[in-house]
Amino acid sequence: MAGRGRGRAQLTFNVDALGIKRGEALPPTMVKPSPLFPPMQFQPVPLQTGEAVDYMIALKQEFRASTKNLPFHIIPAKAKRDVERYTDKYQTSEPKNNTIEWTPDWNRLPKELCIRVREPQKSKAHPSMKRKKKTEIGKQEVIQKLETLQKKEEETKSDEEEENEEENKKKKREDDEEPEEENDYDDEDFEDETDYIMSYFDNGEDFGGDSDDNMDEATY
Amino acid sequence: MTTQEVRLCGLLLQEHFGGVVEKVGTHLIRSGALTLRAIVQETNMSLDLVKKSLCVLVQHGMCVFGAGRRGPGWPVEYCVCVERVLYMLRYPRYIYTAKSLYGDTGELIVEEILQRGQMTMSCAVKTVADRLTQNMEDGCSMDYSEVVSAFSNLVETHFLQRCPLVAEQGSAPPPTTSTLETAPPPPAITCPPTPESNPDCYRLPQINLRGRGKRRRSSEDGEDQRGGKKPKLDNGQPVGDEDIYWQVNFARFHLHFRDQGIISAVACKLDQTSSEIVRTMLRMSEVTTQPSAAHTQPLSANEIFRALPPSYSIGRPILDQYLTLLVDDPMEFVGKSGDSGGGMYVVNLHRALANLARATLESVVQERFGSRSARIFRLLLRKRHLEQKQVEDFAMIPAKEAKDMLYTLLSENLVQLQEIPKTPDHAPSRTFYLYTVTQLPTARMLLQRCYKTVSNLIERRLFETKENKRHLEKSQRIEAILASLQTTGAEPTQLQEVEEMITAPERQQLEALRNHINKLDSSENQVDESIFLLESYIKSAGTTR
Repeated sequence: MAGRGRGRAQLTFNVDALGIKRGEALPPTMVKPSPLFPPMQFQPVPLQTGEAVDYMIALKQEFRASTKNLPFHIIPAKAKRDVERYTDKYQTSEPKNNTIEWTPDWNRLPKELCIRVREPQKSKAHPSMKRKKKTEIGKQEVIQKLETLQKKEEETKSDEEEENEEENKKKKREDDEEPEEENDYDDEDFEDETDYIMSYFDNGEDFGGDSDDNMDEATY
Repeated sequence: MTTQEVRLCGLLLQEHFGGVVEKVGTHLIRSGALTLRAIVQETNMSLDLVKKSLCVLVQHGMCVFGAGRRGPGWPVEYCVCVERVLYMLRYPRYIYTAKSLYGDTGELIVEEILQRGQMTMSCAVKTVADRLTQNMEDGCSMDYSEVVSAFSNLVETHFLQRCPLVAEQGSAPPPTTSTLETAPPPPAITCPPTPESNPDCYRLPQINLRGRGKRRRSSEDGEDQRGGKKPKLDNGQPVGDEDIYWQVNFARFHLHFRDQGIISAVACKLDQTSSEIVRTMLRMSEVTTQPSAAHTQPLSANEIFRALPPSYSIGRPILDQYLTLLVDDPMEFVGKSGDSGGGMYVVNLHRALANLARATLESVVQERFGSRSARIFRLLLRKRHLEQKQVEDFAMIPAKEAKDMLYTLLSENLVQLQEIPKTPDHAPSRTFYLYTVTQLPTARMLLQRCYKTVSNLIERRLFETKENKRHLEKSQRIEAILASLQTTGAEPTQLQEVEEMITAPERQQLEALRNHINKLDSSENQVDESIFLLESYIKSAGTTR
């Protein structure tokens, strides 16, 4: 009570108890929040360095990068754009909401979480697949035919060398073969002229798609 | 859950699993256990996306599910374990530890399992063998059996464990008592079965897996990444462990971190030899001591002497001297529990953690507020309650400065103030004002600050990458071009031309960015060390009480 009316003690308690001596100015009142980034009184200690620390950084960054490529990193499907485009059905890499990119063990998950994985319509999306196989077969047939022809030719050659005497027989054989050969040629002519798409795809294969390469490996 | 924890969880989920999982995860954290329908309604997301996110969370062990609060028969409820989500921050440390203990093979096994949450043994072995083969020179390959032996080592030392069995749907899982649980689990969800409740937890299945790692063709790359879940059947033979999944035993890793922390602290405080003695003691009691025990099983000096590796050449009298020294040390890492057998000694695990946490608090005060503030802080820690006048006197700091420091500490909540009125009217003149430091709440507060720090670091990193997105993409593209050119065998002039597509200032900027990101990542790792220490201290303080 002694301080009342002496100018400085408007407070209801004795400021001496707070450690503020007589004659000392009271600290200024704060009306705004403290700054977001107050000036640092002390500089921070430098970070640890060393082989272990560097390796941990590398591990962290690698792990972070690889999680982006794992199927657990879910990217929502993009909202439908303005118009449906022709190319849309060929772009299968687009994320879909109703498919799950990895195969969880459904026994370990509640049944209600099971997403019925709707197979993307394959028949529509890959119209060219069947064709390719067909041409593959056609190619094989051609090769086989050529091989048999070659064999036969060799046989006839050897026959010529060995059996000069029996010309009649040889002639007969040639007669036998000629119609066959003619037939073969007919087949090929037929293919060349009529089946336009087949030859088209043969040309495409020469460019060397990955899947075709594998097929070749299997046949040879 | 505190705001900081939720924020950090969100950022970690976002970083590892993308925005969709982050949304589902944070919503679940905020609202506790929810049914599928409720999540879909409250997050306004498509059902399929929510399902997918939940699958991912469950797969990684971050989400548990069980019969709802209304008992069996009602819809399944989901609940996210915040602790488990926060472990993602520590992934590099787990991987690094596996590397230092079990070499590259161990490193890759742990990394693969962390990436996929859970894996069958055969699948893990195959993937790791393939990856190791990939890194080897041409003509070499990794034998499966080597990876299997590394895997079984990891299981034998309990660093890996089987995933707990999934409870039958519709019936509540048997209530298990988990010692690690700090807070009582919410009544809504029954607590998940602990892996330890399975007697076969650390038993390896018989798998027939022979062969070597294969080199992956570049064309198969994408294929393998996607289908890497199911064990493929080579030669049409079943591998034999299709439904046994393995996960990383984080608790075991944490015990290892704790032991390493104690050992290195002893090495810093005393010397290398004493740290080796403590290491031997910890190793001897590794099997016999419960994970949550306050101290190790008592060991006699004779036993310790016998178990010491002969390479240290510590004589018996020297060992005794060292042990006395360790017992007398104020950090109290080692305690004496009896006199039989040449003296029985224990490692005070909890006290060591408390002392390490205290040292962390002191060093935080010292680095943020200066050594004289740290002196006041230490003084209060030792004397418990002091009046302002006493603080000034004991700390031997001029009254004005001491007041300033004390008030700063008080405003930062590092120091608490307690009023003890002599009269019931709380008149200031008749009241004692006692300053005090309480270690546990302060440690909790500091832990929250650490979470906040990490969140800020991550956000800063995201910001930096976003700012420099264009540069990063450009450099990536050019690197890709360079790589493809090199494989086709282009001329050096051509390569140089491509390299020069990044201008010098751009290069500088990229270098600066890399520097910043490295610094931020390193800080994240180092803050996590403090987080680990504080978390284990808080956990141990919870169990000793």
